[in-house]
Amino acid sequence: MTTFETVIGLEVHLQLKTKTKIFCGCRNEFGHEPNTNVCPVCLGLPGTLPVLNRQVLLDGVKVGLALNCTINNFVKFDRKNYFYPDLPKGYQISQFDLPIARQGYLDIVVDGTSKRIGITRAHLEEDAGKLVHDAVNNGSLVDYNRTGTPLVEIVSEPDLRSAQEAYEYLTALKLTLSYLGVSDCDMEKGSLRCDANVSIRPVGQEKLGTKTELKNLNSFSALKRAVEFEVTRQTGVILSGGQVVQETLLWNDDQGAAVAMRSKEQAHDYRYFPEPDLVPFTLEANQVQLLREGLPELPYVKLARFMARYGLNHYDAFILVQDQGLASFFEVCVKAHADAKKVANWLIGPLMKEMNERKKSFIGMSLTPQAMVAIIQKVETGVISNVIGKEVLALVLDTGKAVDAIIEEKGLAQVSDDEALGKVVDDIIAANPAAVAEIKGGKTGAIGFLVGQALKKMQGKANPKKINEILSRRLQDV
Amino acid sequence: MNHFDLTAHAWLDLFQSGKATPQEAADAVLQRASQVNAKTNAFIRLNDKVRAQGGPCPVAIAIKDNICVNGHLTTCGSKILEGFIPPYDACVVEKIKAAGGIILGSANMDEFAFGSSCETSAYGPARNPWALDRVPGGSSGGSAASVAAGQAVWALGSDTGGSIRQPASFCGVVGLKPTYGRVSRYGLIAFGSSLDQIGPITKDVKDCAKLLAIIAGFDERDSTSVNVPVPDYAAALVKDVKGLRIGVPKEYFIDGIEPDVLAAVQKAVQYYRDHGAVIVNVNLPHTEYALATYYIIATAEASSNLARFDGVAFGLRAAPSKVRKNPLMDMYEETRARGFGDEAKRRIMLGTYVLSSGYYDAYYLRAQKVRTLIKQDFENAFQACDVILSPTSPTTAFKVGEKISDPLAMYLSDVFTIPANMAGVPAISLPCGFDRSKLPVGLQLMARPFAEDVLLRAAYAYEQATGWHRERAVL
Repeated sequence: MTTFETVIGLEVHLQLKTKTKIFCGCRNEFGHEPNTNVCPVCLGLPGTLPVLNRQVLLDGVKVGLALNCTINNFVKFDRKNYFYPDLPKGYQISQFDLPIARQGYLDIVVDGTSKRIGITRAHLEEDAGKLVHDAVNNGSLVDYNRTGTPLVEIVSEPDLRSAQEAYEYLTALKLTLSYLGVSDCDMEKGSLRCDANVSIRPVGQEKLGTKTELKNLNSFSALKRAVEFEVTRQTGVILSGGQVVQETLLWNDDQGAAVAMRSKEQAHDYRYFPEPDLVPFTLEANQVQLLREGLPELPYVKLARFMARYGLNHYDAFILVQDQGLASFFEVCVKAHADAKKVANWLIGPLMKEMNERKKSFIGMSLTPQAMVAIIQKVETGVISNVIGKEVLALVLDTGKAVDAIIEEKGLAQVSDDEALGKVVDDIIAANPAAVAEIKGGKTGAIGFLVGQALKKMQGKANPKKINEILSRRLQDV
Repeated sequence: MNHFDLTAHAWLDLFQSGKATPQEAADAVLQRASQVNAKTNAFIRLNDKVRAQGGPCPVAIAIKDNICVNGHLTTCGSKILEGFIPPYDACVVEKIKAAGGIILGSANMDEFAFGSSCETSAYGPARNPWALDRVPGGSSGGSAASVAAGQAVWALGSDTGGSIRQPASFCGVVGLKPTYGRVSRYGLIAFGSSLDQIGPITKDVKDCAKLLAIIAGFDERDSTSVNVPVPDYAAALVKDVKGLRIGVPKEYFIDGIEPDVLAAVQKAVQYYRDHGAVIVNVNLPHTEYALATYYIIATAEASSNLARFDGVAFGLRAAPSKVRKNPLMDMYEETRARGFGDEAKRRIMLGTYVLSSGYYDAYYLRAQKVRTLIKQDFENAFQACDVILSPTSPTTAFKVGEKISDPLAMYLSDVFTIPANMAGVPAISLPCGFDRSKLPVGLQLMARPFAEDVLLRAAYAYEQATGWHRERAVL
């Protein structure tokens, strides 16, 4: 029986978060009432002309550089002609034969093995408006607010061999792009959108099989599910003696199925030609060099450095670099506290728990490295317990007050006083004769239970080490 | 001379000396425009009244119907723009208004500037004031006819392949197509974006310099406008052509030129020779390909530029009574079938074809290469001369209906004007006599990019010496 190899290439659309739209002065923002964030230019009114927002170009170059691409210094736009109500000019201004960036790559890790995925090109273009279907009497309405939002389209080589690889690529791409600060990279909000070209071929065959294009992949998991579905479908078609038809499919994640949008015969002839309203120009070479020098340390470089320099394992380093703000915070904390592993644990554990509860990235948290390090040190020196340390962290985040002040005000300092703790331990021993008997009988596991009871009684403020010591002593005495 | 026949500079002199007010002037012109428009159909829409607002140049102007005027219906001579009221002024309209200009209304034109006779207008053909059974030329036929008939002091036209110069020639007035990038296209409803320029149509060269000075200059809203200083065009108006090198290209003196046109143009050459200009023979070897390549590039751009007229957001929307494909496709097809005239449809189809997958290289790409050669022709020729001289059009005004069913014959009317658009160089047409039927003949002068001042000087000296510009059509 023939075994098949899956071949996937992804087309990713990234919305840039420049202040204004790509070809007009409208604010590049979301959430306005329909058709209020528009002007004659982005509405494509007769007689209007596009003027390139230079920041879009610079951001596009940054994306290209981050993906290890060659930058085309000759900047040229083209018209992609097709009719659709969300496209007010009847053409989209895009880049055809001279994309701003080409021939790059992105490294991904699949099952512990690194793999290099080629980037064919990244080009600049304008976003279209949005149709609202069945809004009135079975009719559709158009909202042009999104029209003219700057996009970078990033096209990968057909180098991906499984749904998992596609997933890892998209994950790595999103992480890399998020470091550039040029986009929100949010799939839910549509600032990162993904289409997948999928085909299969018998293992060992050079020639690519007929591909289909999957659209409407609105999440990372949807991408995975859709590709898996499509591979299964294509395999079935071929094994039953049929041929895969080149077509565009619309993925329905709720139903877990894809339906045909249009076949190759219905495919558009986009009649690309150079946009005569925008004069091509040459980007100064030193401009590209400046942008290259201004790039942040990219996540996978940072990850390797964290492992090498701070002795973190891959798992910890990987989690830290997911949030650029958190990664920087980590490095500042480590300057004041040499135990990098311990700092990492505090960040990945308690701090990230707080971030998740607050549904914020690190940038939204008001936490100074001094406060974080102070909490870690208070725990280390036994001033507060580990549990109270987490509580203090939450209070710092809630109130913005200093660590010392919080411990003082709430009386959270740990009780290490032998006399006070001795009394508590005595009470616990008296109240739990059965456990004491067990311990006496050699089942030392119950010691932990008694320590826990004592800590509970002290509402976490007791030094567990001390409790343990006193308890052990007392039990010998009993 | 009738008041309505006065030039802008003559009116300005009258305002200066207190012999007339801008309001009186505008009223007189508007009255004339209303009286004779039934004959010329130069205006598609005329304002009921006009109000002088003050400003350095408070002169009544006709605006071609493809230049957006805030709050005023702007239709490109097409049914498909029915109801389109731009919420903004074209850059040139802003400048006209800032100078105190008084807008009379929308001048008739070939639909979307597709034509050389003003007969493709959805609002009926405009007529030539010199002979009402003849065309005024096109596409800015309404603009040229309005100036020639005294229905406007001056006018704005647009020129993609001769649409200012050829009607100026047919109507015996002055028309200038500026260098590509000299005047902002912001607010000009595009035909061929890489060829279009707005320019003045006036009663004499002095007015031409004046109106050009008002509208020229860099505009950041048009990326193709060029940021070079605007010279003092009035200072170029000297009656002296001594030492000026005038190139005569043999490719422009071909069979098919009417004998009276040829004779008038040759007399103009003689004038320049007699007055100290140096006449040189120049070659523009790729001229014979200009028309063919123009109709590839211009229609390609037009097919894309006209895609926005789809019935969705503005202008006409139509739907068939029965569902044919689906409601959206039906709406697109019905709207465009009903909204566009035959010539617009022809050019959209031509342009769509030449850009189609598999044909792009053979047509559009090759045409662009030829365009580069045409541009180089001019660069080479301007090594040897300062001005290139030719007839504006091979013929004088032809009869209404004479060429409308023969597009190729119609296209040939622009054979001498198209190369300047392809090369982006400035060109002017000015009256240089009449044929045996007393129809005006136009002389075309072309110059290096941004050398409009050189054109104006050469034109002014000739005009002042010959006086053809003082002749007026009698209606």
